[in-house]
Amino acid sequence: MADFIKDNINKDGIDRRGFLQCMAWAGTGVLYTVHGGILKSLPLMQGAANAHDMAKMKGADFSFIQISDSHIGFSKEANPDVTATLQVAVDRINSAAAPPDFLLHTGDISQLSKPSEFDTAEQVLKSAKASKIFYVPGEHDVLTDNGQQYLDRFGKDTKGNGWYSFDHKGAHFIGLVNVMDLKAGGLGSLGSDQLKWLQDDVRNLKSSTPVIVFAHIPLWTVYPEWGWGTDDSEQALGYLKRFGSVSVLNGHIHQIMQKVEGNVTFHTALSTAFPQPAPGTAPSPGPMKVPADQLRSVLGISHVNYVQGNHALALVDSTLA
Amino acid sequence: MKSIKLICAAAAILATALALGAAARPGLAGSESDKPASATEIKIDNFSFGPATLTVPAGTTITWKNNDDVPHVVSSDDGKMFKSKALDTDDHFSFTFTKPGTYNYYCAIHPKMTARIVVQ
Repeated sequence: MADFIKDNINKDGIDRRGFLQCMAWAGTGVLYTVHGGILKSLPLMQGAANAHDMAKMKGADFSFIQISDSHIGFSKEANPDVTATLQVAVDRINSAAAPPDFLLHTGDISQLSKPSEFDTAEQVLKSAKASKIFYVPGEHDVLTDNGQQYLDRFGKDTKGNGWYSFDHKGAHFIGLVNVMDLKAGGLGSLGSDQLKWLQDDVRNLKSSTPVIVFAHIPLWTVYPEWGWGTDDSEQALGYLKRFGSVSVLNGHIHQIMQKVEGNVTFHTALSTAFPQPAPGTAPSPGPMKVPADQLRSVLGISHVNYVQGNHALALVDSTLA
Repeated sequence: MKSIKLICAAAAILATALALGAAARPGLAGSESDKPASATEIKIDNFSFGPATLTVPAGTTITWKNNDDVPHVVSSDDGKMFKSKALDTDDHFSFTFTKPGTYNYYCAIHPKMTARIVVQ
């Protein structure tokens, strides 16, 4: 794809014409950057000239893909074959011009934490052209043995209930677990051990380091009546207040929601399994049925592009339609 | 003919005697009461327990049944008194409440779902 945004007409970093051109390509896609001025030189997909220039710089740009809520094992009317739709998502990933550096799965890999469900999920995801997949658990992944099975499969080199961090081309990624030890009447929970670890983990990072946090349940209060939030996320975000660019990627709600608060950008991804209703539009947040021929248009993945030096994170959601 | 009638009558008396004998056998649960223990059902629908407050006499066995398309975990607030495995659609879980008191419980994976049992 050759189009990319290049006109900074109002000097506010937003090129509306280019934006609309990109929107036409992305279909339902939502384009969204953390920092103004970035769109000028940011291609949405690899292949544009600027990407190659950028690639020459140390630390360069990279892209990764967020997938979420595959719920392998679910088999009801909302989607009788969640394995097939996960495969469609992987096929989409593999059809891109260049493979992503890695995948991030923001949880609810399985429906009932069954070994066969985890097996199937891993099998499908193995066919993705990505050198690595990072995971955080959803509440559906820790239903037996207090999450031990999840840890055995996906928790290598993680701490506590499965939290960890890693660096990639100058950006710092933090995987958090907010689905364990949930208290009656509460929301998601990080817990004091994890919060202490987080505080230590970021202590010595330069404030200019782009930080990307990923966790299953939203780390902002989307809709508390349905449990869409995390009780102690304020404390976590407090440790990240000094950073110039923080992106928070979540799942759990099976729909796209976004919020910008100062230097923090929040984004929730579509599910690859089934949609859920918008807040308050249904009696409960359970699986939402749509006509079979519309199912793929409400499932999807998120492409995330990062450009070095500008603390940019450009995110495009696309459906499986 | 008379002998057949006698045999039938005897059989009827014998059957009745057996039936009465069966009824008189005490219940397996070892309940001190003569009445059988009642089982009371709570339905899980649309991410909520129905009824939200259930009042029962001590010794009642309550059965939860999940009617939702997603699993739920029935757990006492402390997570120790009772806790079901993950209940998929149509699965059920039972617990017998022997002591009077108010027992708050919730769904351990959807913690906003709360309810209580009042045992008298």
